[in-house]
Amino acid sequence: MQEEIDSNLKRAYDDVLKEDIPDRFTELLAKLKDADPTAGKKADADGD
Amino acid sequence: MVTDPRDELVNHVPAMRAFAMSLTRNSALADDMVQDALVKAWSNIDKFQVGTNMRAWLFTILRNTFYSHYRKRRREVEDVDGDLSAGLAQKPDHDGRLQMRDFNSAFEQLNKEQQEALVLVGAGGFSYEEAAETCGVAVGTVKSRVNRGRARLAELMGLDENGVLEATDAVTAGIVAENPSAA
Repeated sequence: MQEEIDSNLKRAYDDVLKEDIPDRFTELLAKLKDADPTAGKKADADGD
Repeated sequence: MVTDPRDELVNHVPAMRAFAMSLTRNSALADDMVQDALVKAWSNIDKFQVGTNMRAWLFTILRNTFYSHYRKRRREVEDVDGDLSAGLAQKPDHDGRLQMRDFNSAFEQLNKEQQEALVLVGAGGFSYEEAAETCGVAVGTVKSRVNRGRARLAELMGLDENGVLEATDAVTAGIVAENPSAA
């Protein structure tokens, strides 16, 4: 029973977990970083 | 080289989205909340203690975002319980397997504290300790929310094998009365 419940919980969770990060979030973080001079200027180009 | 913890944020976006989606069941809303939480995390990064659990820290921010939204929304949408529970007394399939649709309807009837405890522990793989830290409550509280949430789900799904009917409405009502300790 508990397994059934957890597998249902996991299904929804894992589906989202496996999705690629939508551009809006990478763009948001890039924008925040650009706007903040104290943010580490680590390689922008980590590749995709 | 010194790493900026803000560079780690992106790594947690998938889990944040999954958590938000599990709580809201609405992808547009979930992503809006993740966005809010990321901005908050970014501007409060000095409050994050390097070396501690960033995922738990981010989830705490996310759940606070969620609860402020939820409190607002609850004023708009009062009491859907009665209607929903009427449709829930269906019998499970032959093999007792929970159907996803039924499961979702049942899940939505749990209180938010039970939902998040179940998601963190049951789906997110959080330890009880991590979940307790995330929710700002005692470990025992998380355990009882998980147990009661599971029992309530089983009850709502009409699956009463294994004696999971022990925790009945009186218990659930007691939990509902607890305040979400979001702030």
